[in-house]
Formats: sequence, structure tokens, C-alpha cells
Amino acid sequence: MKKLLIALITLIPSLVFAAGPEVPLDKAEVDLHDKASLQRGAQLYMNYCLGCHQLEYHRYNRTFEDLGIPQELGEKHLQFTGNKAGDLITNNMNSDSAANWFGTAVPDLTNVARVRGADWIYTYLRSFYKDESRPFGVNNAVFPNVGMPHVLEELQGLPEKTYEERMIDGEMKDVYVGIKTDGNGRLSESEYDQAMLDLTAFLVYTGEPMLLEQRRMGWFVFGFLLVFTILAWLLKKEFWKDLK
Amino acid sequence: MFKRFVEWMDARIPMTKTWNIHLAQYPAPKNFNMWYVFGFLATIVLINQILTGIWLTMNYVPSAEGAFASVEYIMRDVEYGWLLRYMHSTGASAFFVVVYLHMFRGMMYGSYQKPRELIWLFGMFIFLVLMAEAFMGYLLPWGQMSYWGAQVIISLFGAIPVIGDDLTLWIRGDYVISGATLNRFFALHVIALPLVLVILVFLHIVALHEVGSNNPDGVDTKKPKGSVPDEEKPKFKFHERFTNKKDIVDSIPFYPYYILKDMFGFGIFLFFFCYVIFFNPEMGGFFLEPPNFEPANPLKTPEYIAPVWYFTPFYAILRAVPDKLFGVILMFAAIAFLALLPWLDRGRVRSIRYRSLLHKLNLTVFAISFVVLGYLGTQPATPVATVFAQIFTFLYFAFFGLLWFYSKREKTKPVPERVTSK
Repeated sequence: MKKLLIALITLIPSLVFAAGPEVPLDKAEVDLHDKASLQRGAQLYMNYCLGCHQLEYHRYNRTFEDLGIPQELGEKHLQFTGNKAGDLITNNMNSDSAANWFGTAVPDLTNVARVRGADWIYTYLRSFYKDESRPFGVNNAVFPNVGMPHVLEELQGLPEKTYEERMIDGEMKDVYVGIKTDGNGRLSESEYDQAMLDLTAFLVYTGEPMLLEQRRMGWFVFGFLLVFTILAWLLKKEFWKDLK
Repeated sequence: MFKRFVEWMDARIPMTKTWNIHLAQYPAPKNFNMWYVFGFLATIVLINQILTGIWLTMNYVPSAEGAFASVEYIMRDVEYGWLLRYMHSTGASAFFVVVYLHMFRGMMYGSYQKPRELIWLFGMFIFLVLMAEAFMGYLLPWGQMSYWGAQVIISLFGAIPVIGDDLTLWIRGDYVISGATLNRFFALHVIALPLVLVILVFLHIVALHEVGSNNPDGVDTKKPKGSVPDEEKPKFKFHERFTNKKDIVDSIPFYPYYILKDMFGFGIFLFFFCYVIFFNPEMGGFFLEPPNFEPANPLKTPEYIAPVWYFTPFYAILRAVPDKLFGVILMFAAIAFLALLPWLDRGRVRSIRYRSLLHKLNLTVFAISFVVLGYLGTQPATPVATVFAQIFTFLYFAFFGLLWFYSKREKTKPVPERVTSK
């Protein structure tokens, strides 16, 4: 019995820490109340991402409404694909050609924040680095050998991987610590981080457009339940008095 | 006016009589504790599933091409569609939570023992149908986990010798999971299995109301006719259907007393239920798994395939066995042994309150094994995890073996004549 207990205690940690991403993910401090951040995210998305990645389950006018963008402005500045405001956010890329160009079908990103999580997106967007062995000359530390080019290079510049020498198991090893940009982008490092946070926030929004509404409604429901449960308890108490 | 309406109805259908027999003059033991709320809650969740299911069906498209997009349409474009869907998806998990607790209550207080074997058996059939219902419902959103989970579970039938391959083909209606599978699962999920479920629940309750409820003391509250002096009988009027045959003691009418108590329990339950719906619908990936937000892709297998949490104890048992066929057999045996409880338990004392220390330990170990297996089923099958799954699978089955062995000559405490409530 004792042996089993010792085995249990020593082995449980190995169960818990069995899996995990290779690159630690940075925390994305997404604030869905920050409409300006979401609007900037939408702008980035429509300009840099939509060419390949659709949001085929979500609509333009819904986006405008939720993000506080007047429809005329939205249609003028965010809608480049020639469809109507009530349409789904799609593009005209043929998925078979895409498979030829990138080696894989280009995923729809409506729900990507629910599949991967905000932290993953935020870190991924900031983890492209120069790698001449890849078809597009870049690779990604979070998603190794991804088929996607560094679309945001004009904003960030072309980063390279940086290493630090650390002692691991008695041996000096080069450990990946992050990326360092060459500084040829339009944005500074902190501006780029903020831009990627905006983009992440926008994708969190498209994954669950009703999120804020759900939370708001949830508190009203709790309020109602509190009254209901107290009344139910008092009524039960009143009736059960007879049984004494 | 109302009185005349009731008279008119009663002359044509047993309306008042049914109300009295099953609610207002139905004797329920007065010492029910909070464990007795879960049967009521299971009924409520069933109603929730049926109602939200009907409204979801109005916008859902049962085809491989349209299913995923129609679910997103419900989530985004249908007014309160997200609420209906989360009520339904949370309801599925809540159903298993309350059913597992309901079953554990039965095990603690010996509610499966004579004369309630049939209630228990109907309950086990409900459990089986519920699992089939949940499994088929999980394919309908047509996400990655829907697809690959179904692929894994259906392939289990392929382990059956001789007919296995043909059987999986017959279930899928295709060589892989496809639109054909989705369509038949939709038909079974929205009409065939719910019908069976409702009928079984009806029979479960009919059988219960024939013999009456057990209680936390496991003491009979229906004594032989004429054995109880009048001053010890409760002051309530019970239906003659019950009082003609037996002397009823320590009982109160189900309505209004237990209806009101259940209402309070219902309020508490709703706090948890609504917390999930409004604040945490994915429940950390346990109620809605992240890969299921990606459409099904037959060419891309997810990193690892985990069933939804309510199947994981049985999934862990399946994976604990190196041989596929034997694993499948053991997984079904895990459910079959539960169904056999009324005959495996040869004891006469029902409630855990008056049973031996060995029985208390045995049941505790069983409950722990179930939870640990459930956890292991969600984790990748590393060699270490597999060893643990094997240990706890052994403990799970050991419960039944030990019970059969010691229950015949168990050293129990004296059981009181009457229930022990305040």
C-alpha cells in the first residue's frame, strides 16, 4: 500500500507535465471592451489577411455594428471584395490554387481563437523569423514549417532568431529566446506588438461575437436566480413547518 | 367554472386521479436528503434537451456540406441561437453529471436491491440510450472532434470477430464517416432515441411508483397492513391505492413538500448550469472541445483524439487493455456489471449507513477509480498513464467481485425499525 502511494506521488507530476507547446506562449491581454483596438484589428485583418484567409461564417454588417463602425464608413474602408454589407466575409481565392501555392488549403479564421487560443495567435504573429531554407524565406517558431509567408514584413521588418547560451545538464547549449527584427519595418517593436494584440482581439471577437452580451446577460440571470432560489427556499420552509 | 371543467374532464379521463396517485397523495419517505434531487433534475434536463433540440433543428442543416456552417449560422445569425445551442451543449454534460450522481445515490443507499431491481434495470437502459444519444449528437456539429471521435468509436465494433468489418460498414453506411453517417445519426438523435428515452423514463417512474421510493436509511416505509397503530400513521391522506395494501409510515405527499424542496434544489442547480452557459460554455475544453471549432477534415487527423468527458472513464478502460477486442468487451462489461448490481449484492441491508466498514471502503474506492479513470481518459495514453489506467480498471471491477464475496455474510449494524429523521 505504502509503495503504491509513493509510486503515485512520484509519478503524478510526469502525467501532468507530459504535453505542452515547445515555445512558451506570451499572454495576450485582449480587452473586448476596447472598440478602438478591435477596429484597428479589423482594419489590419481586411488589409493583410483577408486576401487569403476568409471569415466565411461572419458578416460585414454584423462586424460594423458590433465594433461601432458606421456602415458607410465600413463599406468604404473595410470592404474591398465587392460584396454587400450583409454578406459573409469571404474572398475570391480558389482553394485548389491555394493548395498549389502554399502546399495546403488556407484555413478559415472565424473560429481560430477558439481552436488555438488568443495567446497562441498573439505569439504566432510575433514569431516569424528569417529562414532561407523555406520557400518564402521565413519560418515560424510557434508553428514550425508553416506554409505562410511573413505577410506583415512591411510592418515588422524581417526578424532573426536570437539565442542565448545556457547551461543545460552540464553542457553549454544555445537556447532559443526570441526574435529580433532588422528594423526595416514601418512599426517599432512595441507598436508591432500592439498591432498584433489588436489583430488577436479582432479574432477573439469573430470567434465569439456574443461574448460581451453573454456576460452581461449572465449577471441578470444570476440576479433572477438569486431571487428565485431564496423564494423557493422560503416557500419550502413555510410548507415544511407543518411536518414538525 | 373551474370545478365544472374538472368534473367534465374527470368523467372522461382520469385527470384528478392521476394527479393524486402520482403527486398530491403519493407517499414519499420524509427523510430524503439532497442526494434525492438528482432524479428530478435529470427530468428537467431531459425537457431542456428536447425543447432546445427542437429549436436547434429548425436551423440546423444535416449534411456534410452544410452542418458546420449551419451551426455557426445558429451561433451568429439566429436570434438567441447561441443561447439555445449552449443550453443544449451544456445540457448534454449536465445530464451526465446528474445521472452519475443519481446512480451513485442508488448505490449508496441500496436502491437497486429487492424489490427495486426493475427500476434499476430501466435506469441502466436509460443510461445506455443516453450514451448513444450523446454520441450521435456529438457528430452533428461536424467539427474535427465530432468526426474523428465517431471514427474511433465506430471502429471499435470492427474488433468483433467475423462480422466486425461489415458491422462498421452497416453503422456508417459508407466506408468512412460521411454525409450518409451524419444523416442517419441525425435521424436517430432527433427522433428515434429521444422517443425510446422518453418511454424508458416513463417506465422507470411507473416501476418506481409501484414499489415506492427507497430512502437514506434503506428502511421500508410500507409496513404490512394492520401492523401499525393509527396514532403512528402520518396525518396526511394518501391515495387508497397505497393504503389499501399497506400501512404507510414516515411519509409525506410528494406534492407540495418534495416539489418545493426540488424547486430549491433546481435553483441551486441553475446557478451552476447558467454559470457554464453564460460565462464558460466550453468549460475549459471539457464540454466543447477546441478542435471541434474546426470543420471536419477527413484528411487531417487531430493530434490526439479524446472523447467528451462523460465517456472518458470507459474510454480509459478500453485503452488500458492491449488487445482491442478484449478492451471493447471490458468496456461494455464495466456497464454490464453495474446493471447486475441487484444480483451481485447479496446483502439484505440497503443503506451504507448500516453496512460494514469494508463496504464503505469498497464503494469509496470504486467512486475514486471512476473519477481517476475519467481523468486518465482525457489524457494521452503514455506508458505511465496506461499503467495507472490498468490499476484503476482493476479496482473498478474489484468492487463488484468483492461485493459479491462479502455481501453474503456481511457484518452489518442493526437497522432501525423506522426512518431516523429529525
